[in-house]
Order: sequence, then C-alpha cells, then structure tokens
Amino acid sequence: MTDIIALATRRDVLKGGGALIVSFGLAARFSPALAQASATAAAAKTVAPDEVDGFLAIGADGKATVFSGKVDLGTGLRTAMTQIVADELNLPLEHVTVIQGDTALTPDQGPTYGSLGVQNGGAQIRQAAATARKHLVELAAQKLGVPATDLAVEDGTIKPKAGGAGVSYAALIGGRTFALKLDKEAKTRDPATFRVVGKPVARLDIPDKVTARFTYMQDMRVDGMLHGRVVRPPAMGASLESVDESSVAGIPGLVKVVRDGNFLGVVAESEWGAIKASRKLKATWSKWAELPEQAKLFEHVRATKVSKDDVTSNVGAVEEALAKGAKTLKSTYDFAVHTHGSIGPSCAIVEIKDGQLTCWSPSQATHNLRKQLAAMLGLAPEAVRCIYVDGSGCYGRNGHEDAAGDAALLARAVGRPVRVQWMREDEHGWDPKGPPTLIDLRAALDAQGEVTAWDSAFFIPDGVTGNVPLVAASLASLPHETAYAPGNVIQNSAIPYTFANIRTVCHRLAETPFRPSWIRTPGRMQNTFANECFMDELAAAAGADPLEFRLKHLNDPRGAELLQRLAALAKWEKRPSPQKQAGGGDISRGRGMAYVKYELVRTYVGAVAEVEVNRRTGEIRVPRFYVVHDCGQMINPDGVRNQIEGNVIQTVSRTLFEELTWDRSMVTSLDWASYPIITFPAVPEVVMELIDRPSEKPWGAGEPSAAVIPSAISNAVFDATGVRLRSVPFTPVKVKAATQSI
Amino acid sequence: MAKPVPLTVNGRSVTVSVDDPDMPLLYALRDDLGLRGPRFGCGLGQCGACTVHVDGKAVRSCTVPLSAIRPGDKIVTLEGLGSPEKPHPLQKAFIDEQAVQCGYCINGMIMEGAAFLAANKSPSDADIRQALAHNLCRCGTHLRIIRAVKRAAQSI
Repeated sequence: MTDIIALATRRDVLKGGGALIVSFGLAARFSPALAQASATAAAAKTVAPDEVDGFLAIGADGKATVFSGKVDLGTGLRTAMTQIVADELNLPLEHVTVIQGDTALTPDQGPTYGSLGVQNGGAQIRQAAATARKHLVELAAQKLGVPATDLAVEDGTIKPKAGGAGVSYAALIGGRTFALKLDKEAKTRDPATFRVVGKPVARLDIPDKVTARFTYMQDMRVDGMLHGRVVRPPAMGASLESVDESSVAGIPGLVKVVRDGNFLGVVAESEWGAIKASRKLKATWSKWAELPEQAKLFEHVRATKVSKDDVTSNVGAVEEALAKGAKTLKSTYDFAVHTHGSIGPSCAIVEIKDGQLTCWSPSQATHNLRKQLAAMLGLAPEAVRCIYVDGSGCYGRNGHEDAAGDAALLARAVGRPVRVQWMREDEHGWDPKGPPTLIDLRAALDAQGEVTAWDSAFFIPDGVTGNVPLVAASLASLPHETAYAPGNVIQNSAIPYTFANIRTVCHRLAETPFRPSWIRTPGRMQNTFANECFMDELAAAAGADPLEFRLKHLNDPRGAELLQRLAALAKWEKRPSPQKQAGGGDISRGRGMAYVKYELVRTYVGAVAEVEVNRRTGEIRVPRFYVVHDCGQMINPDGVRNQIEGNVIQTVSRTLFEELTWDRSMVTSLDWASYPIITFPAVPEVVMELIDRPSEKPWGAGEPSAAVIPSAISNAVFDATGVRLRSVPFTPVKVKAATQSI
Repeated sequence: MAKPVPLTVNGRSVTVSVDDPDMPLLYALRDDLGLRGPRFGCGLGQCGACTVHVDGKAVRSCTVPLSAIRPGDKIVTLEGLGSPEKPHPLQKAFIDEQAVQCGYCINGMIMEGAAFLAANKSPSDADIRQALAHNLCRCGTHLRIIRAVKRAAQSI
C-alpha cells in the first residue's frame, strides 16, 4: 500500500517503473482502497499541457504511462488513447497504461464533450508522444554514435537500421522526466507504419466489465466512508421552511440530517439506512409553481425574451428573394426536452481532510469540477483534487458533477468521507436537461422550382459551453455560476448547401424552463432535424429525389462522395417523395434520408431510415438504418462502429419515445415508466459503411451520426404517408392526428 | 436490533447482519458482501441492472426484500457465473462481440440472458429481443447484445 501511495507523486511514478505505474493505474480503476490511498499524496507531477511530462512518463522498466485529461465515459477512449501512444512510441499495447481525468496528474484538456476526445485530446497526446520519441532518438544517437536518421525504433528499443546493439527507452529515460516542451513540429509517424491504430483492437475494459471485476464509481468505497442521500424539494423553486428530525429518529445508523439553506440531505452508516432516512424525513417546503404549462411549452419558448441574436450565416438578400419567390414554403419545427437517462444514477465520493478535498466522480471535466467545488466551499482550487472514475454512461453533462457537489456539502457537515448516489427520481428529476428547441424556416422557389432563398430562426437558450451550476450550490445559496451552459447549441444552424440567399439566425433566449446542459449532439441534433426535414420539404416541392436534390446543392466533393456511397449502400431508388402507396392496409412503408457535415467543418454522415407507419395506431417502426460515416482517420474502427450503433439506437429512442413531462412545480417523468426509452423489440438493424481515410486527421465519432437520425425518420414517414412530422418525439398521438388530417 | 440472516451466494454460505427485513437483497449483496455484479439502476424493477439468479431464475434484486429469501435459496451473481480467467459462455460471447459501451446495464443483460438460454437452446433474434425486452440499455449496445446472446446459444 505504501508503494502505491508513493506512486501518486511524480518522482515515485518514475522511480517505481512501469510495473508499479500499472498498479497505480489499476488503483484508480479497480481498487477503491488503492485509489483512496493514491489520492492522499500531493502530486509533484506537472500537469502543464505544453510539457511532454504533462502527458507522458516512461518508467524504469521502459513502459509508458499516459496522463489523459479526456476520459472514457464508456466510449472506448481509453483503448483508443492506448493505441495512439503504442504506435507513436512503438511500444506493445500492454506496455501503455492510461490514467484519466485526475487533476493532480492529468493536464486540463477541456471537458470530454463535443466528439473531441480523439480529435483534440488524442492529437495533443500523440504530439507529446511524437516529441518524446524524437527526443529519445536524439538521445540514442548520442549514446550509440549513430546519426538519428540511421536509427529505427522497435518495441521500445532504438537500434541502428544497419544492425548492431540498440538502446532501450528504459536505459535512455526510464525513471526520469523529459523536461521538454511539447514540440508541435515533431513529426508523427507515417500511418502506413501503424500496427494498432486503425485496427479493431478489443476494448481493454470489457473482460472486467462482464465479470464484475471492474470498479465503477458506484462500486467505490473508501475507508471510514458514510452513505448520503439527498432530499430534493418537491417543487423546483421551493424554499425549505422546516425539518422535523424526529421523523427519522430511530433509524439505525443515522449520522446526521444536513440542512444548508434549501439543500437537505441525510448521512448514515449504511446505504439502506440513508435511503430510509431520506424517504421518512418530514420537511415542509414553500409552494412554487412557476414552470410553464407543458401543453403551451412552445408558445412559452416563442414568447421568451431574446437576449441576443447570433447570425450564423448571411448570404445574399434573403428578404428580397423571399418576396420575389414564385412559391414560398414556411414551416415550424420543435424538439422536446430530454433527460440524459443514465442507467446508473449519478454518484460521487468526497473526503475533506486537513483542508484538502478529494472528490471521486465520473465527471466529464474534473478540472472544471475542481474549480466549482472550490468556489462552492470557499477553498483554493489547489486544495481540491478531482479524480475521474468510470461511471454509468452520461451522454453529456448529466448529474455526476451535482452528486459530487452534494457529497461535498454532506462530507463537510459530518467530517467523514461521504458517498452520494442519486436515486432514480433524483436522476430523472434533477439532472440538467436538453432544452426545448423551436425552429422557424422559410424558403422561396422560382418558377423553375429552383430554391432562391433559405431563411431560418432558432429559438435556443443563451449561454456558453462553461460549467453547469451545481444543484447543491444553488440550493444552499453558495457561490455558483449564473450563466446557462447549454453547450454550443448554435452549431449546424447554418447549412451545408449552396443557395443564392441564405440567412440563419439564432435567437438566444434569456430563459429556459429547466437548468440546461448538453446532451449528446446538443443543438446539432435539433438544428439538423429542422434543416434536413425542410430540405426534404423543398425537394418534394421541387418534385425532386431527396438525395439528388442534396447533391445538386452540395459543393463539397467529400460530402458528395459520401452521399453517392449512401445511395449505393441503401440501394436508394431515385424518385420524389412521397411514394405512391400500393393498396390499402394499415401499414405504410417508406424511406428517408438526411445528411450532415458536423459543425460544417468535420465528420460527414449520411443516413437512410426505413420506416413502417401504422396509420391506425399511429405507431412508427424503424426496422433498419443505413449509415455512411467519414470521420477521417479511425483509431479503432470497431470503436467507431460501436459509437455509431449507439448514436442511431439512442436517437431513434429520443425521436420516437422521449419527452420530459412536468406540472407547474416539478418534473413528473421520474422513472422509466413515465419516461420510456427504446427497448430491444424496437431496435433497428444498422447497416454501416465506414469510409477509411488513414492519412487524414481523425475527427470525432461520438456524436455526429446522432444528428441525422430524427430527420431521416421524419423524411421516411413523409415518404410513407405524405405526412410531415415536425415535432419530436413522433408519438402515436401526433402521428395519428397528422395522418387523419390529410 | 440487527439479526443474522443466512444466505447462499455463489455457492457459499454466508451470513449478513440485517436490521430491516424489508431491505432489498441488492444492498445485502453490494454493501454487506461487497459484490459488484448487481447494480442499482432504478430501485423499481424497471431496468434490470440489479438482476441476479435465485434458484436459476432471473430476479430483480432491487425489489426483493431479504425477508422473501429463504435460507436454502441459491443466489448467483455475475461473479458466480464466471471470471476473466474462466468466463461463462455468455461472458465470453460478450467479450467476443465487444458488446459493451459503458457496461452499467450489462450485468442485467448477462444474468437475464443466461437464465433465458438455460431454457431456450436455439433462440431466434426475435426470441432474444423479447427475452430482453424489459432490460434497458442507454448506450445503444442492443445489437451487439443480441449477437452475443445468439453466439453464446450456439456455443453452449
């Protein structure tokens, strides 16, 4: 144990050598006790993002430890990072260990969001490894008396190409620091020489995950730890008036009822004791009923004060072109409020000892969480260490950070480490939400059916990509952010098509009903839904095949190639939508497509949905999706495939089934019965083609394919029925109402 | 007043000290016995993350009170099914198919799947989908999970 503690310091990481570094890596991942021990050490290690030592260490045994600010979140990023470094340093995979998201050990590479884990985080780490390798070759050249250009690296040993004795990484640097600035010019390896990058390497975490050896955050325990549960107000803005502690007297192991402003929680020796106490605790709260009426949500959104307009594109003279159009189209789209819906509720442990706070959590952004916890409790950021531990998938900023905030307040109150795990109703009720989105679109066509104007307005919350305020800090009136952080939701409001006159404007709303945050493909999903459906409306108005129509307005060879490949993969039949239905019966079948260039600068995705619409019940079935995906270089094609399958299935779920419900006081969809998600019988087959471009930059794959799913389904329903669905989710009630109105 | 409750878990006789017979089995397994296979997902029997076998049947341990467990009931958790060194055919199939993203639901998929396969030797895809219809996955790993169950069926 002592060795492990020492390993958390930079000096001892290096002295300890790779084998022990691995033990340390395992500590955080697999052994709670060891992880706790590691956290007690003050880190002397640099986390500077411009230092090779920030990202990389070579142990005395020549094995590499990677310090990644980007974290796994169940996406396979840990495996991908291992592959990147193994190839860049020419080491066997098993000689590379990745430590993630520890503010004492890993540089701040920004939150793990936006499909940037590999694209940005991996690129930084690859550059650090390339710098290290260059330096090691130079050291070897001196040591061997052979010019660097005559040396080759093989499995951690640098040898003369002509043959003869070589020198190992271990001998050259093992156990010492590089003390070297990251060199942006250091040459990365030729992709043609890669041994593991570009290969479907099996994920490193799966054997332990399927045999219960893996330590999730929810499994972690630390010495002396207590269990906490929160007691949230029954109305979102209610104030706590009184607490009747006698209501929980006699619950075995109850340690404390903690009250801080409107923050209320209980701490007990056992988890079940904490749950019972949280359920039995009697408290009185003020009345609060200021949520908008759900049935009038989008009227509320439209009437919300606009704090500013972001014009995301403006080409030509839209108003003039609209006025001159032979035909004009006008549509409004909306997209429901969604919850992240993590299967495991958010969880964290906080220990405060000798003025130092240590937090274990599955946070996407431990460096940011560190600042938030410090601000909330009035500590210096240096007195806070946040350590990432894998949790349940979060798909954005769910409640993990909030659980950390709750644990911090409870730990402070009881002077012992406290583990907080949210209950299901906490997760569904109190995780930040994907905000409601309303989109108006207008277009003009000339007499020949050519589109002459495109005009769109997006009603989306104001805000930045910063920190989402912690629930605990808000309830306890402790320092917290006041600005919204819905994610970069203006992305993909502008379109990839070349019309003569285009204007796209985002009305940034001063308020939104629920604390917003990013949920997978934030903004890009909602915006692409409206854009790609409206594109389909224009194609139909022009009497054109939807795929051909897009190609005609696309001045982007890479995008065009993708669409051609999509047509081939899906055996796309060229014809306008809707198709002519043969015969009667309740079921209408159709196909629809959608396209996105993510944020107009990276990953390309095209998708075709096949649907079956039951006109009698209003139910939509999606038996199959075809996806063509171009994210440039792929680090792990099976990882990309897994992410795309996940995007398709999760977004079919969001599109068909998901909608937060509430009354005027509180979220009412507090479990899986009231907030249903997709189940096995409804899951579509996914037929996929991955375009492999090993010599291109690697772009993100975690989100882009989700962007095209809602519109592809809507377009397919139009093809099947002639009905245009413009409101997500496409519930049977909406479908029936629409099909019966034509 | 805490009382000792005897249980048979993964083939071993153990005793947990319980002050509330209404406590769900899940907490005894996780907090008293330190097992990690069954996980808390909803506490409502809706998602399946907490699934264990009781006498070979897949049971949601988050809603089964300890008082409903009889001393002779054979409880098996994911740990009892196999290990990385000696995985159950279904665990091996999940590795072979890379049928995991975050993996939080996977305990339920494997435990439900194993109980299903014990009674269904050559299921169709539709059978598998139906068998897992009440197990939730949020990452969207369903297609791999179906393939893994099918692969295991062929190897058992």
